[in-house]
Amino acid sequence: MRAETRERIEKLFDRYPEKRGALLPALYLAQAERGFVDREAAREVAELFDLAPVEVMEVLTFYNMFHTEPQGRHHVYVCTSLPCSLRGSRTLLRELGEHLGVGPGETTADGRISLDREECLGSCGTAPVLRVDGRYCENLDLDSARRIVDELE
Amino acid sequence: MIEAPATTSYLSEHYADEAYATLSGYEAKGGYQGLEKALGMEPAAIREAVKSSGLRGRGGAGFVAGVKWGFMPEQSDAMKLIVCNGDESEPGSFKDRLIMERGPHQVLEGILIGAWAMGAERTYIYVRGEYALSADRLERAIQELRDKGKLGRDCSGKSGFSHDIIVHRGAGAYICGEETGLLESLEGKKGQPRSKPPFPAQYGAFGLPTTVNNVETFAHVPFILDRGVDWFRGFGTEKSPGTTLFGVSGHVERPGLFEKPLGTPLGELIELAGGVRGGRALKGVGPGGLSMPILPSSDLDVGMDEESLSARGSHLGTGGIMVMDETTCMVRVACVISYFFREESCGQCTQCREGTGWLHKLSRRIEGGRGQPGDLEVLGRLPKMMEAQTICAFSDAAAWPIQGLLRHFRDDFESHLPEKSCPFGEGFEL
Repeated sequence: MRAETRERIEKLFDRYPEKRGALLPALYLAQAERGFVDREAAREVAELFDLAPVEVMEVLTFYNMFHTEPQGRHHVYVCTSLPCSLRGSRTLLRELGEHLGVGPGETTADGRISLDREECLGSCGTAPVLRVDGRYCENLDLDSARRIVDELE
Repeated sequence: MIEAPATTSYLSEHYADEAYATLSGYEAKGGYQGLEKALGMEPAAIREAVKSSGLRGRGGAGFVAGVKWGFMPEQSDAMKLIVCNGDESEPGSFKDRLIMERGPHQVLEGILIGAWAMGAERTYIYVRGEYALSADRLERAIQELRDKGKLGRDCSGKSGFSHDIIVHRGAGAYICGEETGLLESLEGKKGQPRSKPPFPAQYGAFGLPTTVNNVETFAHVPFILDRGVDWFRGFGTEKSPGTTLFGVSGHVERPGLFEKPLGTPLGELIELAGGVRGGRALKGVGPGGLSMPILPSSDLDVGMDEESLSARGSHLGTGGIMVMDETTCMVRVACVISYFFREESCGQCTQCREGTGWLHKLSRRIEGGRGQPGDLEVLGRLPKMMEAQTICAFSDAAAWPIQGLLRHFRDDFESHLPEKSCPFGEGFEL
């Protein structure tokens, strides 16, 4: 972990009555370096928080938005909860997968895109929806979704 | 940014105006007058006003907010906390996102009123990780308040009133919307709910006295203080006053949010969304988000409030209405619902961890035409073994919609068995 990341994490501690409260925001900062938090980075975070590495690992693996393995340069998530499914999101997920040549949970061979499904994104009124690198793309059909994905470098 | 609602009332009246999300735009429409009135009142009088307004929590459980505020210890050596629950993750629900993106100052004003009423020094707003724009809008609004001296020591022009508000982002886990799961998560742990008692007012985040309210609950509070209890009770029903932002999704012509009084008939809300798409017939409706039993099409006259819905065997939940037309295979719906709960179970209670897996496995097997004799009976028995057995209500929430499907749409399940395949070819893909 870079010294700058460590400093930013340490600055978070006094926002909470106990410094462990800063663990989730700290893991976001650690993940921002390379897109995932491996065992070594988790060990460094644990040291900053006076925790055992396993305590950091169990938090990391509990939450969907943290990754412990290398990821594609871009993340594309398709919401597959009921309101989106009723409006065809599972068809969209299958067709996007065929277009990219990967299944949910996989990354394209060139490392460009990780495709996955996600549970309710809170866009039921504008379904189906993609979450692309943290940005919401709503009211989609296959053509518009494919265009969005194709524009990712 | 989420679209402004198609029908509005006091809460969303100015949501189409983007300036309303800023301090100056909010004040221009009468914002922070409720706080000003509240700061001229004794804290106990505010708690009494919120209690007598009958405002009920808008996060799903519907507990009377003023009663909850009364649970906070009057005297406390330890710092008292407020936690605002912005971990909206219930499929079918997207109203809190609207409020945080378009009316963040409503939430902050409600929090500050609550802070004075309960003597709380600090608030954490827990925003679900995926809601990046909601978190940004709240951060910006909080900074505006800090710059104007409305937060911090002796803030908002009131000596002896100190408060600070911190945005804390979740990281993708439905269970963190459960209030004690949220508290664990805020402490930097896995979001596994706690056994109660002790309740959060005695032992909340970091062991401090804590009151947890939903984003929308706080957003109503300034209007109650500014316009009065009687005015607020002019909306909705005796036991469920006020409006709410109903979400209508699924098989309708124009899905979206609609602000209407609690108790508005279900059929009227579906009509506001343009009715069932393509002129098709209605098959079923989930009235309160994914966790609540699905109702048959004969229940369109039901009022959308907890009392009316529980009389029909369902609940208001978060008011997320999911519409399903005649092409829908209810066994596929059971597959989608049970998959969600299997994925999101935190895993600490056996009935929930194992039960959600079995619900999904059996639904998939029946849908795929591989159902065995007796599967339906097991599917009917399982939810009973998952109800009222576990640390939190998640297991009940997983069981209820399956019970509703079996109660009202048993034919769909039975017709899969002899045909050894799904008879609903044109329904949504699984």
